[in-house]
Amino acid sequence: MIRIRHWLVLALALILLGSGLAWWKVQQYGFPLKPDMTDVSWTVQARIQLRPGEGPVKATLQLPSQTPNLGRLREDFISRGFGLDVQESRYQRQATWSVRRTGGRPMLYYRAQFYTDSARQDFAPRPQFPDIPALEEPFATAMVSITDDVRRHSADIETFTTEMLSRVNAASPREEIALFLNAPEFRGNRLEIVRTLLAGARIPTEQINGLLLVDSDRRAVPTRWLAVHNGQRWLFFDPSSGRQHLPENLLVWWRGAQAPVRIEGAELIDLHWSVRRNEVGSLSLAEQRAREHDFLLANFSLMNLPVQTQSVYAILLMVPIGAFVLVLMRNLVGVRAFGTFMPVLIALAFRETGLAAGLVMFSVIVALGLLFRFYLERLRLLLVPRLASVLTVVVILMLLMSLLSQRIGWEVGLSIGLFPMVILAMVIERMSIVWEERGARDAMIESAGSVVIAVLAFLLMTQPLIQHLVFVFPELLLVVLGFTIMMGRYSGYRLSELIRFRELAGRRG
Amino acid sequence: MKLPVIGRYLALKRRGVLGLNARNGRYIMPYNQRRFYPLVDDKIRCKQVLENHGIAVPPMLDSIRTQFDAGHLEKRLARLERFVIKPASGSGGDGIVVITSKRRDYWLTAGGNLLRLDDIQFHVSSILNGMYSLGGHPDAALFEGLVETDPILRRLAPEGVPDIRVIVFRGVPVMAMMRLPTRRSGGRANIHQGAIGVGINLATGTTLQAVMDQRVIDRHPDSDEPIEGFEVPDWDGLMELSARCQAAVGLGYLGVDIVLDANRGPLVLELNARPGLAIQIANQTGLGNRLAMVERKHSPEQADISTRLDWARELADL
Repeated sequence: MIRIRHWLVLALALILLGSGLAWWKVQQYGFPLKPDMTDVSWTVQARIQLRPGEGPVKATLQLPSQTPNLGRLREDFISRGFGLDVQESRYQRQATWSVRRTGGRPMLYYRAQFYTDSARQDFAPRPQFPDIPALEEPFATAMVSITDDVRRHSADIETFTTEMLSRVNAASPREEIALFLNAPEFRGNRLEIVRTLLAGARIPTEQINGLLLVDSDRRAVPTRWLAVHNGQRWLFFDPSSGRQHLPENLLVWWRGAQAPVRIEGAELIDLHWSVRRNEVGSLSLAEQRAREHDFLLANFSLMNLPVQTQSVYAILLMVPIGAFVLVLMRNLVGVRAFGTFMPVLIALAFRETGLAAGLVMFSVIVALGLLFRFYLERLRLLLVPRLASVLTVVVILMLLMSLLSQRIGWEVGLSIGLFPMVILAMVIERMSIVWEERGARDAMIESAGSVVIAVLAFLLMTQPLIQHLVFVFPELLLVVLGFTIMMGRYSGYRLSELIRFRELAGRRG
Repeated sequence: MKLPVIGRYLALKRRGVLGLNARNGRYIMPYNQRRFYPLVDDKIRCKQVLENHGIAVPPMLDSIRTQFDAGHLEKRLARLERFVIKPASGSGGDGIVVITSKRRDYWLTAGGNLLRLDDIQFHVSSILNGMYSLGGHPDAALFEGLVETDPILRRLAPEGVPDIRVIVFRGVPVMAMMRLPTRRSGGRANIHQGAIGVGINLATGTTLQAVMDQRVIDRHPDSDEPIEGFEVPDWDGLMELSARCQAAVGLGYLGVDIVLDANRGPLVLELNARPGLAIQIANQTGLGNRLAMVERKHSPEQADISTRLDWARELADL
């Protein structure tokens, strides 16, 4: 019993391992399941233009750090003559460019590529409860009155925030709100007013500044967003509509009300944002993503191989698929064929010529070769010289076919190149022996079986979807191996045996 | 389409019909160790082993292993008149030539062809080159004495040499059939080439129905003789002969081909490590139940021969 289980456990383990790895690659890194799939990535750029003073210049730019829903692929810092220093903590990153002396109008660039990655949700540290802002009268009284009133009309922090936002955003705000809106300290900055009022209720808030990644935008404008911590997690609100949500494509660039750039020793002429939308192959994006995450298998990807080697493996990896078709056809269906792997080799040959041309060439060459082989029989040659003669004739026939097809302008005849003549010679030899020993019928059955398996294997091996899957997820070969092992232990009937033993099934007794 | 397939599948399963996958996976692989294969695949070695175990075989007249010998057959052939040329590791009857008589400078085959010396030399040379061996490996040629078929059997098989195939599982004969050559099979006792398969009752040695091309027939197509109910002579001796082959070659699942010689009685013609499944059609019953029955016995190989033959007789009713 333990022996029986052994193969089953092995096969199931292989299948699980192979499909699990593939599933992981799809889920985690978005490896595409279909060929020619494209994904979107965005290249976002911040450009700082300075008018330097006499002395040293120092420019500090807040950089995207924790970006919910988005992953960062590659970043570049471009600045001529400036020294660069990037300070990084978990929730904050900033780049500082500095130079002792510079002329002209230097430009500083920061450029990064982003892709959607719903796995990223980290945002900002858990905040402290804010102190109630110390406001002068009449603001202090108004604040108490507003928060008390909003508290009465809400159930929790979420509804409190929504209520507060709708009051501040109202077309004709109440008297107390209008007081804040008209106050010179707030300069009509509604987000700042809301944050102050929420702080009055001791609710921690954060201002988010970011860019909406939708289309290419040569002059993007940062959007402000409101984040509120409800004690467990961050909630995000659209400050203008009051709706609670965070757009998936909002790139959170920096937090806080302050400007993203601090300049010392120079004047900021321009801070320019731009967004470019890129269509990239899902595959290459997934590859980059996997590398970014330090995924171990990313280093063993076929994409790391030279292109020439890749194209060889694109074919080689399909051979197990063809072999599996062969296993199914032989052990499950019971088709008879020449040799063990001859049909798979014929299928590989079809790859070079295409199916129709391959079939025509295969039949013509085998038929003519067979005639020649029967003639050779009369010369009584020994085995190896006879095989070599057949091989020579096959090459001559192939050459003649190419020349002929050239004359009649049938181009496929020229693609004969790698059609394996050794395989053809073996088919001819094997067929002639079966023909002589068991008759034409058996020879025909076996060659028809070989061709049927070859065609099936060819059709499957040239499916773009299957080619793509095997190439992108080579671990799927483990699944094929698992199923092949299972087929190796299949002891049920073959389809052909259901016909062969039909008499035995029908009789009663 | 789907349901009849499943129905047929289950019906065959219920009736214990053995399929190729089950034969290979459940019986040949566990019970036939690879290292014993060369013993049966090489007919020359097989014959020697069987003779050493005192099992009756057709006499070996000569064996040829080198091209040099093949080129100098004349002297060796001079003393031979009725013989069979076989490739030592041929399969399915391929490459076998039966010589029934000799004229002045040519030989007459069972099929009625005339062969000159260089015809025979070419054939032997082809055999040595591996023309008939699996995978084209170099082979040897075997000259065997022609079996004089028991005249009682002649009635059933006017042409060629009929033989009896017994499947022996762990030393217990489990099923038997007689193979009658026909004109169509070219005198060969090979079911796939058109020979008749006749089921045999293991207990009594009487023939059951006959099957040709998968169909039940009543009479021999060449002689019009009824086939059913024929009693195979010396059945017990034949069964014992087949059962003893297991110990000689160590194969647990074995096909034993036996011919009935007019003078010497049952002779083991050859052994087969992968016997075919057509025997089930000839007997119109499956091998599975009988094999399972033998598997339930405690190490049946160790039992003495009369016990094993008793078991075999019991299987006839299964």
